[in-house]
Amino acid sequence: MAPKALNGVKIIECCTTISGAYCGKLMADLGAEVIKIEPPVTGDEARRRPPFQNDDPDPEKSGLFLYINTNKFGITLDPSKPQGREIFERLVRQADILIEDHRPGEMDKMGLGYDSLKIDNPGLIMMAITPFGQTGPYKDFKAYQLNISHMSGQGYLLPLVSPDLDRPPVQIGGNSGNFDAGLTASVAVMAALFWRKTSGKGQYIGMSKTEASIAMQRVESVTFPNSGINMTRKGESLRMSGNGIFPCKDGFVSIVTPEEHQWQNFMKLIGDPPWSKEPWCQNRFERGNHAEKINACVLEWMKDKPKEEIFRKGQAFSVPVAQVNTAEDVVSSPHFNARGFFVEIDHPVMGKLDKFPSSPYRFSKTPWAVARPAPRLGEHNKMIFCERLDYTTGDLETLKDAGII
Amino acid sequence: MENSGPLKGIRVVEFTSAWAGPYATCLLGFLGAEVIKVESLQRPDHSRKISFTTGKAFQTLNESEVFNNLNLNKRSVCLNLKKREAVEIAQKLIQVSDVVMENMRPGVVPRLGLGYDDARAIKPDIIYISSSACGQTGPDREYIGYAPTFAALAGLPHVTGYPDWPPSNFLGSIDLRSACTSAFAILAALYYHQQTGEGQYIDLASQEAIATYAGDIFLDYIMNQRVPMRQGNQNDVMAPHNCYRCKGEDKWISIAVATQAEWESLCRAMGQSDLIGDPRFANMTHRKMNEEELDTIVAEWTQDKDSYDVMALLQHSGVAATPSMSSEALFNDPHLKERHIFRQVDHPVIGKNWVIAPPWQFSETPAAIRSCGPKLGEHTEEIFSDYLGMSSDEIDKLKKENVIF
Repeated sequence: MAPKALNGVKIIECCTTISGAYCGKLMADLGAEVIKIEPPVTGDEARRRPPFQNDDPDPEKSGLFLYINTNKFGITLDPSKPQGREIFERLVRQADILIEDHRPGEMDKMGLGYDSLKIDNPGLIMMAITPFGQTGPYKDFKAYQLNISHMSGQGYLLPLVSPDLDRPPVQIGGNSGNFDAGLTASVAVMAALFWRKTSGKGQYIGMSKTEASIAMQRVESVTFPNSGINMTRKGESLRMSGNGIFPCKDGFVSIVTPEEHQWQNFMKLIGDPPWSKEPWCQNRFERGNHAEKINACVLEWMKDKPKEEIFRKGQAFSVPVAQVNTAEDVVSSPHFNARGFFVEIDHPVMGKLDKFPSSPYRFSKTPWAVARPAPRLGEHNKMIFCERLDYTTGDLETLKDAGII
Repeated sequence: MENSGPLKGIRVVEFTSAWAGPYATCLLGFLGAEVIKVESLQRPDHSRKISFTTGKAFQTLNESEVFNNLNLNKRSVCLNLKKREAVEIAQKLIQVSDVVMENMRPGVVPRLGLGYDDARAIKPDIIYISSSACGQTGPDREYIGYAPTFAALAGLPHVTGYPDWPPSNFLGSIDLRSACTSAFAILAALYYHQQTGEGQYIDLASQEAIATYAGDIFLDYIMNQRVPMRQGNQNDVMAPHNCYRCKGEDKWISIAVATQAEWESLCRAMGQSDLIGDPRFANMTHRKMNEEELDTIVAEWTQDKDSYDVMALLQHSGVAATPSMSSEALFNDPHLKERHIFRQVDHPVIGKNWVIAPPWQFSETPAAIRSCGPKLGEHTEEIFSDYLGMSSDEIDKLKKENVIF
């Protein structure tokens, strides 16, 4: 069996948000041992989020929960209760990393702040993920993905290109906004882990989800102070002409021609129409002044052609064009499947899913792999509390009755 | 400026251009890694030439604010890789580095003699990452891709925007998501190398990086044969969950309510406590069912108010609300000001240039912007003499022969 990149890394994940869980998932998927702490009885909120298998809102059938918790071990624990806190401390003492997303000050209030935890574990790396960071006037503000998307400036520029500003700006689709924070946090955690080997020291890392999303859009974020340009979703500054998302016969295609020779290839693709020879069509800046005319001509050419035809023919002409894929298109894509992007996964309640999204990185030595699906609620209580720590099964019953686990 | 980053001592040599490649190593640079960028006058990074965001072309190759924002902390050497001697020099740089990154079209670097097998022959434990739009393998690996196209293929545009408008296009955040994913993968490989002394090759496909962002969306199709569609600012479960117009031009507030307590707080904050008992909105399911009416009520309340006043009022009551932020709004926001998110760097040609700070706060090893983005080939002499022992005569000769070009 192939080695795992993060073999031996021990992580405690005590998060209620999707971002925190996604951060843990990224490392669990590469072989770290991630123990996910969920509230007793009710379990993680993501268990109540769709898509549910067959629309059955069973807490073991959430596709979202499965996706963001692959490869983890699951326990139930309430660290806010005294005995729960004790168990939490014992678990963290054995861990390399703690990921948490409590509101600023809450961990301290529970007696589980970094200053306390590091006493018994000086090598501990503690990653604190919050909407606005640990400091500043908004540090105690609440924000869900919708709010982060808009606060970070990402939402303000969507949908792109909007014909008018009458409709509100929108958040990015799916859970992508949440994943920005999880991914950005994972980079910091890994860097701290690397440093620890040479220094012997752990540390505390704070991260604001809003700032992670602002950084993800760093070029657009600075257009105002640098150029006085305050972009909107109308995309005027982009001066997109003949580029963008166009409807065609059975859907949409996306086309972009950053280099002039690519535009020329595009014109060849659409049959070298007379208007493409006009002087105002010979460079992107001139074309920007004639966007309406050019877009109308491109639309006319596309409207009776299927998206796959435009995609494949366009690429054959070396035009950067792509069909806009639905979920169905991606799952059935020959290219994605040839690369093994979708793998099989077996779940004790959902059964076997013959396709499950894997990862975008193919490591030659330490490949991404499914070692286990997402955990059932409390699935590994016995393994962690009895075998890893020293509680008896009788103790577990008592703890359960007291609402600790 | 002193380097206190967690990756201090790691050296990266990169052959990347545009956004998705350079920002990955820029992230490593924030974290203290030394990054050497190999560039050439005969094929300059297009982000040195043009800003797709503002539609601006730059007069010279050393004044791009986009290049600066994405290549902070790096040093640049000039090598014309069409020349055999230049390739040999590049190989010598690989020999003294820990990580190699490239994002040329698949097949190009091996043809040059700088592929993974070539690098491994020079330095057996090298960590080598190739980033491309579609990946190094698969039927579409030769396809040309940029952010708008690889996002389209990944499934994200289809689910972003309004159902009765086309799918939304995206700006630079798509490239930077791929970059962040690359950075994480490199760090995982660095950790594995730290434990075992072994390097490896990583094949990263940008379209798969974005597809991973849409993973849970695919599961609705995989499990239920249902294709998720755009839903604006709405959410499968939560209501109210939208963006509402405020006073002023294109000013909006995002409001998301997840719990009964938050709903009741919102009603009271709006001065409409009677809504609490209203059967139309009695619980989440009902609020979701009557979402249109609910949105009308909330919009009527927000429309004559300043978005910041609404945020303050609602947040004070424990309701998640944030304005939809333009670049100007981000720059002027008091919280972001206090958090010091916008940083001004001194650039020898641009002058004072605003960029975005690294998004983490480490307690022991702060991430930092130590220098601005380099001029093209700015550090050729110092790196070739320091690391490769070349004399100034040798360097002059290489310049005359267009090896350094």
